[in-house]
Amino acid sequence: MVRHTEAMFFSLTLRTDPAVADPAAADPAAAGTDAVATDAAEVPAAAAADAAAAEAVPTPDARDLGHLLHKHPDRVHEQKLAFGTARVFYPEADHDSCTAALWVEVDPVKLSQLSSFRRDSFSLSGYINDRKWAASSLLAVALRRVFSTAMAGTLTSRPALPRQEFALEATIAAVPAAQPEIAALFEPLGWEVDCDSEPATADTVTPQVTLRGRSTVQALLNQLYVLIPVLDGGKHYWVDESEIDKLLDRAGSWLGSHPQREPIMRRYLAEQRSYVRTARTRLDARVTERSEAAAPRSEGTGTPDSDGEPPTPAPLRARRLAAVLDAIRRLRPRTVVDLGCGEGALLGPLLDDPRMARVLGTDVSPSELERARRRLGLDRMPARKAARLELFQSSLGYVDDRIAGVDVAVLMEVIEHLDPADLTTAETTVFRHAAPDHVVVTTPNSDYNVLYPDLDGMRHPDHRFELSRAGFAAWAERICVEHGYVVDFHDVGDAHPDVGPPTQMAVFSRRFDEALRDDTQTEGAA
Amino acid sequence: MSAIHVPDLSLVVLVGISGSGKSTFAARHFGPFETVSSDFCRGMVANDPNDQQATAAAFDLLTDIVSRRLRVGLLTVVDATSLRPEDRAALVRLARENDVLPCAIVLDVPLQTALERHRTRTDRPFDESVLRKQHAQLRKGLSRIGREKFRGVTVLDSDEAIADARIERTPLRSDLRDRTGPFDIIGDVHGCLPELEQLLTELGYRVSADGTGARHPEGRTAVFVGDLVDRGPDSAGVLRLVMGMHAAGDALCVPGNHEAKLVRALDGRNVTLSHGLEATMAQLQRGTEAFRREVRDFADSLVAHLVLDEGRLVVAHAGLKEEFHNRASGRVREFALYGDTTGETDEFGLPVRLDWAADYRGDAMVVYGHVPSPRAEWVNNTLCLDTGCVFGGQLSALRYPEKEIVAVPAQKEWYPPVRPLDSSATGEANRPLRIDDVLGADAVETSRGGRIRVAPERAAAALATMSRFAMPPELLPYLPPTMAPAPTSHEEGYLEHPRTAFGYYAKRGLRVICEEKHMGSRAVALLVRPGAHVTAPAWAPQHTEADTRPGAAPYPDTSAVTEAEADTGGVLSSYVYTRTGRAFFADEEASARFAHGAAVIAEVAGLFDRLDSDWVLLDGEILPWNLKAQGLIDELYRPAAAAGLAETQAVGDALRRAEARGVRVLEREKTPDPTDVASPAASWTREQWEELSAFRAAVERYVDEAGEPQFAVFQVLASAGRTWHEEPHDWHLEVADSLVAAAGRSVSSGLAAHPPATGASATAAGPCTPLFLKTRRVVLDPADATQVEQAVDWWVDLTSSGGEGMVVKPLENSRAGRDPGRVQPGLKVRGKEYLRMIYGPDYDRPERLTGLRSRNLKHKQSLALREYALGLESLDRAVAGEPLHRVHLPVFAVLALESDPVDPRL
Repeated sequence: MVRHTEAMFFSLTLRTDPAVADPAAADPAAAGTDAVATDAAEVPAAAAADAAAAEAVPTPDARDLGHLLHKHPDRVHEQKLAFGTARVFYPEADHDSCTAALWVEVDPVKLSQLSSFRRDSFSLSGYINDRKWAASSLLAVALRRVFSTAMAGTLTSRPALPRQEFALEATIAAVPAAQPEIAALFEPLGWEVDCDSEPATADTVTPQVTLRGRSTVQALLNQLYVLIPVLDGGKHYWVDESEIDKLLDRAGSWLGSHPQREPIMRRYLAEQRSYVRTARTRLDARVTERSEAAAPRSEGTGTPDSDGEPPTPAPLRARRLAAVLDAIRRLRPRTVVDLGCGEGALLGPLLDDPRMARVLGTDVSPSELERARRRLGLDRMPARKAARLELFQSSLGYVDDRIAGVDVAVLMEVIEHLDPADLTTAETTVFRHAAPDHVVVTTPNSDYNVLYPDLDGMRHPDHRFELSRAGFAAWAERICVEHGYVVDFHDVGDAHPDVGPPTQMAVFSRRFDEALRDDTQTEGAA
Repeated sequence: MSAIHVPDLSLVVLVGISGSGKSTFAARHFGPFETVSSDFCRGMVANDPNDQQATAAAFDLLTDIVSRRLRVGLLTVVDATSLRPEDRAALVRLARENDVLPCAIVLDVPLQTALERHRTRTDRPFDESVLRKQHAQLRKGLSRIGREKFRGVTVLDSDEAIADARIERTPLRSDLRDRTGPFDIIGDVHGCLPELEQLLTELGYRVSADGTGARHPEGRTAVFVGDLVDRGPDSAGVLRLVMGMHAAGDALCVPGNHEAKLVRALDGRNVTLSHGLEATMAQLQRGTEAFRREVRDFADSLVAHLVLDEGRLVVAHAGLKEEFHNRASGRVREFALYGDTTGETDEFGLPVRLDWAADYRGDAMVVYGHVPSPRAEWVNNTLCLDTGCVFGGQLSALRYPEKEIVAVPAQKEWYPPVRPLDSSATGEANRPLRIDDVLGADAVETSRGGRIRVAPERAAAALATMSRFAMPPELLPYLPPTMAPAPTSHEEGYLEHPRTAFGYYAKRGLRVICEEKHMGSRAVALLVRPGAHVTAPAWAPQHTEADTRPGAAPYPDTSAVTEAEADTGGVLSSYVYTRTGRAFFADEEASARFAHGAAVIAEVAGLFDRLDSDWVLLDGEILPWNLKAQGLIDELYRPAAAAGLAETQAVGDALRRAEARGVRVLEREKTPDPTDVASPAASWTREQWEELSAFRAAVERYVDEAGEPQFAVFQVLASAGRTWHEEPHDWHLEVADSLVAAAGRSVSSGLAAHPPATGASATAAGPCTPLFLKTRRVVLDPADATQVEQAVDWWVDLTSSGGEGMVVKPLENSRAGRDPGRVQPGLKVRGKEYLRMIYGPDYDRPERLTGLRSRNLKHKQSLALREYALGLESLDRAVAGEPLHRVHLPVFAVLALESDPVDPRL
């Protein structure tokens, strides 16, 4: 029998409340002192407070945690999960302090079978992996499976108990994030965050995180369910639209006013922009609704719908797309190829224009093409429209007859991803061999980079170079000389008087005036 | 009855009414698959061979079958009535489209015979009137069938004639496959008689005193690529000599565009007397009328291209693309005479060469002329021999099969160049490669591993990696193959152990070498002798003269992007790349410093002299590990250890506390030590902690944050004109030792070593670190128990003091074994602690080991063999001077196989 020691650990301690009548602020501090020091004499105070509840509340007992979690403190509860085994047991279960531990042992074989978890076959990361030890989305899944009742907040025998706030202390071992990140997520929710750290791996793993504060068990578990995967970054499963519902169900009450709500949404929804947009809209609607009735739970941050997006009129990406489309349309082409089409942002609008008889999209990455297929809804597209689209893998490093002779070829934010030698090859494959009538090229203007205060180096880690306006002009001129084109330059985005626009665009047109045909046939060069 | 001659590649159209016996005739004279019948096609598409409604669909099918056959060069017979001229015209078109000759055989049987046959048949349920109508149709068209565009029409007008008919297949005029040479192929002469005589003499021919012949004493045959005439001093003399050689069987000749024009001029057609034709005509006018007629007939008789030596050699004046080899049609002739003129011209002004030669992928060598270039240069197995003699260049010849170029300089510029000899296109035409070169091939033929398949999805993955991250193809002659681990060991506590590797080779009767496996990153280095002039690709034939042509850069000038590269002037510098073809060092300066340093030491070690080459390709490992793996260490190994330790602490603490209150979480049988009943929790924690600490130590052992790169070479892959994989491994390591020794000397003399490291590491690493690192090794006979025990001890010592492990290789290298394609080129035996990094902290627990021992090595072993065969193939192709696309394909295939999701721990 193979033994698996990879594990994740979470514990939750509930302490009887010495100061329910005290201001809440005093509370965490009290709970924060050594657990064994809790004084049984304070129990009556808690009882007095609880008496205010609608039903008769029995003498508070920390062991009520067992009721709340639906797990008896004296037993070991074991549950099988898709990727391993979860165990719940109680390292302590006293009247005044009760701790439930969740220990998830990960079975690497089962984990590797979760297909979406597999990664780059060149690396060992599917095998040697901090994920099997570090708190991750796997832990969140385990929380939901093991504590589903508690997270739903239902307890038929004692319906009031789940709504009751307690002094709680949650400990998570091996959180794959740095301390400031963790604090930024939990502190706005009213938790005191205490992190261990080890210098060598301070950026990647925090050995132990402790949250202390007053909350219902339900709220705490739901917050953890959302935020643990956010800290982890890499979800082990594909997100689909149902994740938006899950997010809003679990976090709808606090996410709207959370200062980190944008990163939370983005990371929880695995950077799926359209999902984030939907979630944002729905969240805003909800917050507006609710803010009319009552103030949000945590410290209000003013109007909720103003934060998030930076105050730019339209993102550069959108403006660039519009500029390229505009340039293409002015050329009145029948056939267009987007070289390096990525997920197909340009292809959609081109297809919507019935004058484009053939729209070609190429990318060197098979997964990008798959994404484009999905994003464009190729399966559901009417046959006549789909027949105008050709999506296929191609590389600028190789001559490809399938792209030869189109009216317009587009290289939108592509050339800066090529090594100089590969760029030279691409010039040949595009301008000499494919030889379109027009070529539209956009690339960042490195002169503009001084206006990005936080930018250190280039705008994207995969950029192999960025060209100044002069550099771009020189490059374009050389192309014209070598391949028989003329070129126009255009600004994309608002041009700065000194450093120009953020993105520069060149529109090349083939010269037909000089009949470049060689008449070796009629006269013979030799 | 004389034979009916049909070209052995042709479309034979049988013409005759129903019942005329076409199918019988076809069956008697042609192979069972050579005949495509319209009845058969009707049956295929409509279940009924007589269904006239299916005629259109049936003809489509017939057309498709016929085209496919003709395209691959198979003679095909169409068995349909083909009674109307328009039916026949469609088939003629089909033949022309595929550049084969159409010919017709008419079975003109008496109507009565057909009717009688019809009455005896039950499978023709149509009325006799159909036959009468068909007969009338045939008769009507027959008188004019000779004017249709068939190459030949034979009418068999009686039962006897049909019965006596004999078919004889004749080769095309271009088909001289039975002439196997040896040949001397001679470029465009253009009337340069003195140079021609000199060249022939140089080639060993004896030119007759009267200038009407030349013969090689060893019976070699001269082959002229055309353009014998015009512009030069003595076109008539050249014609006299070549015609004499031709008549005597000492020469073959294809016509050039100038001969084609000369024929028209001599025929009295209206041609402009320009481009030197005026001189030729004047010279001929001084001769006799008989000679002019002879010249005219000679030039007119020449076949536009010749296929020689079993199809391995094709000669045509302006070249010929593969699909036109041994074909006959107007456009084949046009191509052979004038080149591919449909494409557009580019900035280089040499469209012909670029258009077809750059795309040429055929196996046959194509030798041609027509486009004057400064020198004869190979482009994808094609060679243009026009080196502009008449413009003051050279007259060049190719010795075949020796592939040796012989040239004599022009005595003078006989004619001012039409335009300056454009040089910039040469050498460029090999690039870029075509997407079909890599995505179109589903397999690679290798001499050692047979046909190696490349699945399309693997090729797709490789295309992405190659395009986005790898160096350009002309810098990548080789990617190192993966290596299989030794067969799984069952020795207690071991997953891998030397004995299984020794056993593997002992069984095959091979001596082995054990080489220390360095914990670094695989690296392939191409070192260029300092000061030598080598252009990319380094393995291609190099031109010795200093070359300052602007277009000769290994890849063209990218000055607009990086100005530094413009200064290289086309000279290749040493470089290093990873096992996936990426530049080894991200930092260009570090890269240049390391590679140049290595090249200097190689020169000091005398390596370039020893290999008689200006470059060498070395395979090895560059240390320290963190040089390439820092990301992996920081994002994977270290966090894994830290997280594991933190987790263990938290869980252990919880378990102990639970245990203290009587809650036993760990069942008895799961505790590591069943006797430790006192505290399963404590013992669990202890064991976890020890394993994770060992794991962390294993990771940290290979990290040397400040370390300067060191290169442990274990194989000399290639140098100019040859590979070295047949040399035994101890030879390779001896070469590596010479580099280590030279590096040591360089350090002490301060030459070409790493500059002293700064800061704290300066004291730790000494003033300098030598650039080359020694590989420890042991040679043994794995069948000898004593030697095996010594080698095992050696491995244990090596790995217990931190070594990654060793690689066991057959000493004889690629020559090992009776069936070299089946013997693993090496087996890695990794150390116990190194495997902890790979398999996890607790991998050596007995129950884990049991599970891990069931690991399946088959796929990895097969992958290792296939990649090894591909690696050798690419090296062999490179040093043999094969076209870049042929070298690139096996390299690409290695990358494709590497994208196979095999367990990366193996």
